[in-house]
Amino acid sequence: MDEIRILSPTAILGYGFPRESFLRGMKASPHVIAVDAGSSDPGPFYLGHGKSFVDRNAVKRDLEIMITQGKKHGIPVIIGTAGGSGAKVHVDWCMEIIREIVRAHRLRLRTALVYSDVEKKTVIQNLQKKKIRPLPFAPSLTPKIVRNTTRVVAQIGVDPLIKALSKPVDLVVAGRCYDPAVFAALPVKEGFDLGLALHLGKILECAAIAASPGSGRDCVLGILKKNSFILQTLSPNRRFTVNSVAAHTLYEKSHPFILPGPGGHLDLSQCRFRQKTPNSVEVSGSQFVPDTPCTVKIEGAVCVGYRTISICGIRDRIMIRQLDDIFAAVREAVKNNFGVRDYRLNFRVYGRDGVMGPLEPAPQEIGHEAGVIIDVVAATQEEANTICGFTRSTALHYGYPGRIATAGNLAFPFSPSDTPMGAVYEFSIYHLMDIAGPSNLFPVKSMILN
Amino acid sequence: MKKTRLMDLAHIIRSKNSGPYELTLDVFFKTEKIYQTVKKRNLINKTLIKRLYRVEENRILDIIYFDPVRAVKATIARPIPSGAVEDTDVYGAQQHMPLVDAIINF
Repeated sequence: MDEIRILSPTAILGYGFPRESFLRGMKASPHVIAVDAGSSDPGPFYLGHGKSFVDRNAVKRDLEIMITQGKKHGIPVIIGTAGGSGAKVHVDWCMEIIREIVRAHRLRLRTALVYSDVEKKTVIQNLQKKKIRPLPFAPSLTPKIVRNTTRVVAQIGVDPLIKALSKPVDLVVAGRCYDPAVFAALPVKEGFDLGLALHLGKILECAAIAASPGSGRDCVLGILKKNSFILQTLSPNRRFTVNSVAAHTLYEKSHPFILPGPGGHLDLSQCRFRQKTPNSVEVSGSQFVPDTPCTVKIEGAVCVGYRTISICGIRDRIMIRQLDDIFAAVREAVKNNFGVRDYRLNFRVYGRDGVMGPLEPAPQEIGHEAGVIIDVVAATQEEANTICGFTRSTALHYGYPGRIATAGNLAFPFSPSDTPMGAVYEFSIYHLMDIAGPSNLFPVKSMILN
Repeated sequence: MKKTRLMDLAHIIRSKNSGPYELTLDVFFKTEKIYQTVKKRNLINKTLIKRLYRVEENRILDIIYFDPVRAVKATIARPIPSGAVEDTDVYGAQQHMPLVDAIINF
């Protein structure tokens, strides 16, 4: 095999793609269709609560095209970080959608399933054996934090996926994956270079985001050769350029050319980028350097309470000038009213420092109106509702110095004014764990879907 | 040397999470000449990032220049982790303006 062609339909399963781009990609006879279905970027809630951050119908629409086309052309479809966060609950959610598609189209799919959950007792044992360490700036871990964490996933690398591809399959559905792994697995299995395959995967996982103009919802094709790879766009209005591809190398990474992953890191310091055709770029020189001991990144989130918010606006200049004093007085008036002590009340002021918070360089600058979110997190939803409602009514009628408008201080765009937001999670585990071998923790389950 | 706004020297200035605990800042310069001058004189440095983002030096992970794309990357600890109760920007994608407005001796 001289080259492997990989079709990446979209940056996140459910973000969509034009059908024409996809079909153009299928005409290039790809060997595999692969997609990254998740990310930790939308925050800790989705992992902690077991929900998808992408809409079910949107995921189904993308999967329907990918699975029926993959089956028609006899090539595997590989889905990584299924369900958005890649825990068992997310993978099973994705499988339910797949079963609907299988029934509707009367398909028969040889399927391999790889869960990447790590049992909490395994985490605690490894913690006690000092085989777990925090990633930069992550807090240290205790057995108690692990016990409070709802579920723990590991970012798996190519090895469990290669095992899943060892028998003929139509579909691989995997839990939390290192983003490039779903693209690199088949090439590595076929003997292609791991460094090149992972770097190609690193770009393909974002689909056309690395093209110009960039898009998270358009298909691209990756062609991996022995000593290089080529990136090709699949719609006429987009190009890969040396600049767009090279710039993407830096995207959401701590270091521009050292990219850590399961079992080792990518070193891109010797990379060369060459404009191959007007819309395609050839990359070479990417290297994989194995780390010892072998590690995986583990992730977990913990519930820290329940949130209720009230959104309102202020147009009164006299009030806007003394917001901090007014909010301090309101905070004081709310305190000790209900015997609820364990809550966090936060006034988020948009038009001032609502976006940058403590990093805002100009918190003194404020415009003629301000947007405010009264944000309450308490131990129960009921308590959060109570504190938020009471803060809202107190702020609405608070008599501050120099007040000229005595009818009410806040403009509410909505009725009801207060919204219960449900459970609030924070990341509790973002650590590296030493593992004995690359794939022994994550067994592959084979099945036929029909 | 004259006082110059960073936005006049760069064509991309952006911020983004690198995992939930880090904020990474990228500056891509307009020309090779500008990039080489900035790099040679180390104009994007820890002192500048400390001042713009009011972080302690031990909260700056790294500042690294990368020749193939004429860019410099600075990675700092987020003051509040992504999605934590007091967080204001879950993706970290709107924290770039201090750099855009930065004045440097170019």
